[in-house]
Amino acid sequence: MLTAMRYASPTTVAEAVDLLGSDPDARVYAGATDLIPQIRAGRPEPTVMVDLKRIERLCAISSNGSTYTVGAATPTADICADAGLTAAFPGLVEASGLIGSDQIQSRSSWGGNLANASPAADTPPSLIVNEARAVIAGPGGERTVPAAEVATGPGATSLGPGEIIVEFELDQPPARTADAYLRLIPRTEMDIAVVGAAARVTLDADGNVAAAAVALGAVAPTVVRVPDAEAALIGNEPAGDALAAVQAAASAATNPIDDKRGTVAYRRQVAGVLARRAVSMAAERAREQGGQS
Amino acid sequence: MTVTEPKPSYKYIGTRPVRHDGVEKVTGRARFAADLNLPGQLHGIAVRSPHAHARIVSIDTSEAEAMPGVKSVITGDDFPAVAPGDRNYDMCVNVIARDKVFYEGHAVAAVAAITREQAQQAAAAVKVAYDVLPPVLTIDDALAPGAPVLHGHMLTAGADPPAEEPSNISNITRFAGGDLDAGFAAADLVIEREFTTQPVHQGYIETHACVADTGQDGHTSIWCSSQGHFNVRSSTATLLGWETTRIRVIPAEIGGGFGGKTTIYLEPLAVAMSAKAGRPVKMVMSRDEVFRATGPAPGTRLKVKLGVQSDGNLVAGDAYLIYTNGAYAGPGGLLGAMTVFESYDIENFNIEALDVVINTARSAAYRAPAAPLTAFAMETLLDEVATELGIDPMDLRLQNAVTEGDPSTMGFPFARIGFVECLEAIRDHPHYTAPLGPNQGRGLAAGYWFNIGESSSATVNLNEDGTATVVTGSPDIGGSRASMALMAAEVLGIDVYDIRPVVGDTEAVGFTDVTEGSRATFATGMAVVEASRKMVVELRGRAAKMMGVDVDDIDWVDGQAVYTGSDGEKDPLPLAAITGKAKRTGGPLTTTGSLEAHGAGPGFAVHLCDVEVDQETGVVRVVRYTASQDAGTAIHPSYVEGQIQGGVAQGVGWALNEEYIYDSDGVMENPSFLDYRVPVASYLPMIDAIIVEVPNPAHPYGVRGVGETGIVPPIPAVANAIHNATGCRLRDLPMSPIRVLDAITSNGGSKGA
Amino acid sequence: MSRVHVTCTINGDPIEFLCDGGQTLLDALRDEVGLTGAKEGCGTGDCGACSIVMDGRLLCSCLALAPEADGTTISTVEGLASGDDLHPLQQCFLEGAALQCGVCTPGFLVAAKALLDRNPDPTETEIRYGLAGNLCRCTGYDKIVRAVQTAAQTINES
Ligand SMILES: Cc1cc2nc3c(=O)[nH]c(=O)nc-3n(C[C@H](O)[C@H](O)[C@H](O)COP(=O)(O)OP(=O)(O)OC[C@H]3O[C@@H](n4cnc5c(N)ncnc54)[C@H](O)[C@@H]3O)c2cc1C
Ligand code: FES
Ligand code: FES
Repeated sequence: MLTAMRYASPTTVAEAVDLLGSDPDARVYAGATDLIPQIRAGRPEPTVMVDLKRIERLCAISSNGSTYTVGAATPTADICADAGLTAAFPGLVEASGLIGSDQIQSRSSWGGNLANASPAADTPPSLIVNEARAVIAGPGGERTVPAAEVATGPGATSLGPGEIIVEFELDQPPARTADAYLRLIPRTEMDIAVVGAAARVTLDADGNVAAAAVALGAVAPTVVRVPDAEAALIGNEPAGDALAAVQAAASAATNPIDDKRGTVAYRRQVAGVLARRAVSMAAERAREQGGQS
Repeated sequence: MTVTEPKPSYKYIGTRPVRHDGVEKVTGRARFAADLNLPGQLHGIAVRSPHAHARIVSIDTSEAEAMPGVKSVITGDDFPAVAPGDRNYDMCVNVIARDKVFYEGHAVAAVAAITREQAQQAAAAVKVAYDVLPPVLTIDDALAPGAPVLHGHMLTAGADPPAEEPSNISNITRFAGGDLDAGFAAADLVIEREFTTQPVHQGYIETHACVADTGQDGHTSIWCSSQGHFNVRSSTATLLGWETTRIRVIPAEIGGGFGGKTTIYLEPLAVAMSAKAGRPVKMVMSRDEVFRATGPAPGTRLKVKLGVQSDGNLVAGDAYLIYTNGAYAGPGGLLGAMTVFESYDIENFNIEALDVVINTARSAAYRAPAAPLTAFAMETLLDEVATELGIDPMDLRLQNAVTEGDPSTMGFPFARIGFVECLEAIRDHPHYTAPLGPNQGRGLAAGYWFNIGESSSATVNLNEDGTATVVTGSPDIGGSRASMALMAAEVLGIDVYDIRPVVGDTEAVGFTDVTEGSRATFATGMAVVEASRKMVVELRGRAAKMMGVDVDDIDWVDGQAVYTGSDGEKDPLPLAAITGKAKRTGGPLTTTGSLEAHGAGPGFAVHLCDVEVDQETGVVRVVRYTASQDAGTAIHPSYVEGQIQGGVAQGVGWALNEEYIYDSDGVMENPSFLDYRVPVASYLPMIDAIIVEVPNPAHPYGVRGVGETGIVPPIPAVANAIHNATGCRLRDLPMSPIRVLDAITSNGGSKGA
Repeated sequence: MSRVHVTCTINGDPIEFLCDGGQTLLDALRDEVGLTGAKEGCGTGDCGACSIVMDGRLLCSCLALAPEADGTTISTVEGLASGDDLHPLQQCFLEGAALQCGVCTPGFLVAAKALLDRNPDPTETEIRYGLAGNLCRCTGYDKIVRAVQTAAQTINES
């Protein structure tokens, strides 16, 4: 690594924003699980490494009963260990737990996963189906945007100069609601998704779908929502024809590329399969919840 | 463990002592090459080509040389010239390019500076002007009419008629026996199939590393991680044009090699820079460098045709094998030809094998080189034959398996071998008849590796207190020290923990070839046994002196000299009593064994693999695995099992995921362990290893090499299991989810549909 | 460029060292502190050979910056044994032949210790997934998984 690099560990958001603002080549990081491998590969070449983990707000998990707030640098290991989040967003928590190994889990964060803007990142589809909001701080103060609006393309975000993600907000889901996330990797662990599919389903009292969200990762430059799948589910039992429609709609919604990890045809086909399975799994979880309450 | 015939009862051999170097390795104290630092040491880094194929127009090092901390910059010009066609040409220009680069990652220069960062910055400042040439990346590219020729001097060896024009075919191998046409005419079933495979990497976890310290007297010491430090010495001497005596190589602990550390990359660069700077130079490759610049095993295209009679009798085999060897001539095809039909008794055969060069890193040996791929072709074909003829795949193999006395492809008759015993061990294992779950399938496959002998040396030194030091020249890549101590203990009759097995440097022990061909326990073991037996002779002589009796009346029993003469009773003399008096009976007790080992017994293995296939995504999981292998005699059974299990894991990775991926310019796209997917713990089940022991008649304790055969059967075992689960035959590696799903889809859905 | 002064506790000892702002913790441990038990197999978080525990968290030291260590408590493979007494994991790795070349062993031991601290009685699957961040190319994992199982038993029985 470069000797020229400086290390900074601000303890407040304002300090971090100032540091970023004072040097265009300063980079913030949480776990550095994306950033250090990238630096080793030659790009970027930051002058200052701004460690976000000493800012309490960025590593805290809290809930006020209706909204959960999760610091953007919180290690995903802590997210997986949080009983409240696990009960409310089982799919999102599973997606978080899929990142890397136990060693990576000690460091990897939602903020890094989203801001790194890899199309194959595991948590963004789940953040999006749960309508997570990102609280962003910058030289102009704080703003809150849907998590779906942060990544704009491979490696590109809507974050302005000097802006950082401070935390994520997630509303407590309504009754009989659950999510699920599935991904396709050739290895069982330590692998980057060839396709990822997140689904969230809310059932009505009769077991029909009242609300649904389906989002796919690794099949387009950014996460793809599948409105046709959602429409096919609403008002129907999440089974049979409705699931077949989800599968077809998900395959159709993809805009994949051929690369070292997968082909267009494969991604298209498997996106449908995983979307169908994720919806089914989310519905099953929602049903179990209904049974319990 | 399956013991197939009565064997002598051993006291130490066959036990499982904790290895002598174990505590160091579990406490973090063991010194691997990169753990070593010398005072005043500089850090060296190679400058590597970004192009797969290019002529070097010029190299300007002036800017780099002027940078802070930089003490030495070298290029190919700092080494003696070597002529194309010279027998060392490939090795020399692979270590550092001269006029041309032949693959992305080829070293063109190297710099040494006070810090690693300074060296990195200086390396980036070395200006190399390239004239980029079209790369040759595949077998098709290499053989295409008018293809760019990598080496203008390369005439195909073995061509008939002799080659007159240079080409990318380095070698053609032909073996034939019987009457091929008659064989096929006598067959009731003829099947011909084509297979393709991609280059893969050995994937040792320790990257290449060395420290070289060259003094003003022109002598250098090299600490490095290798499978053979004598080879490092001779290769470095050749590259530098130095006498061998100027170079001492001290083996560090080695963090895996699997064949990939049987050659050299860094050492001559470090020595040259150290000589220039007058300071020690340390070089450590990054993982990225390891992938780009070292060791892939060949990719292949194989065509195999079998003729079989309706009762299962194999009557004819025709093989056309093409192996890529990376940028220089290599033995892939030759070894493929030697292994493809070797396991079965096929009277009429023809084998033609081509070795071709392409613009990828120079291939290095990888565990049973070439054999896993010929086994992929042969063993999946046999499975197909079994299905076609309605014969049980086990019976088909038992019927045709080679046994003692059968001729090999090369014509010599097999000595006692354990193939049939390995087949039977699997047939009789509960796994063979266990029920399968939904979407699961089972595959059977066999494998063979011939193993090698070569030169080995060992020294036994007895210490004053009756303990022993056993010095050998074979780097310990997986517990061989313990095996050396066990064999010495067996001969000397002293406790295995009273023996300290060490690996000596090039000035401390006799010449020993590279640890390859599964030869360490076999050949170096023979040297240890020889030295130990000489020691017993010596000890009997000393004891005779001490007792004042004739040496012929002394036997060596359980670590003691026992008087067997008729002159009354005498107390036996334990070894420590003799060593304690050594000064008075003739001086230090030291013996050596140096030999050229012959008769490395061929090793056979039979594997049984269960997979589960997700029919909608093509994802394959190995859910159960059982492997039998003939070890001759298992000196330390735990490490024999470990060799088998490690081979299986590598073979499964090769079967399902591992491959080099290059872009159209020949730049590797997956040079990391994230994208080059070796198996992780969660990817594998337990691997049940069955040791079969059919002693090798050529070794004093019956040892056969066990290090390599285990990687041969997994690829076809997995392929056959996938076929059993899905009805699809996969003939291209890796059998990735994409390929499997594609096969299922084009087969009209899942099994039976 | 001035160097960063780091004060921390490593394997129970108070340690101070100087490092560069951009130096990885792995490099600092190996080059500045002289603890070479943690290895670099990849430098990118993929192999786990550099595993250490910092403030109770298992991590790849190749993916942390050395200055982050300031004020923390670190344990490495060198701190696993107490005096001459090997940790049960070390003992079980030895007796179970769970190492061949041994270069992955320090990382496995540190990761396995962290796993057992968190989950004293893991299933085979939990061990396999828990150690998926550590690559071993020699053993096929069989004997490693068994050694961890035996060590868990030993610890739970003592
Ligand atoms: C071995 C390994 C396995 C992996 N496996 C997976 C996997 O399975 N799935 C997956 O999705 N990813 C995987 N990754 C990638 C990575 O671990 C994840 O993307 C992780 O979530 C990144 O988080 P981080 O905190 O480490 O990010 P960092 O590396 O710290 O940061 C990543 C990027 O985001 C920026 N950034 C970080 N935090 C903020 C913030 N609060 N505000 C603004 N910008 C910010 C940084 O400047 C940087 O550009 C893997 C990585 C490794 C090394
Ligand atoms: S060196 Fe850190 S994970 Fe490989
Ligand atoms: S023992 Fe060699 S890598 Fe694990």
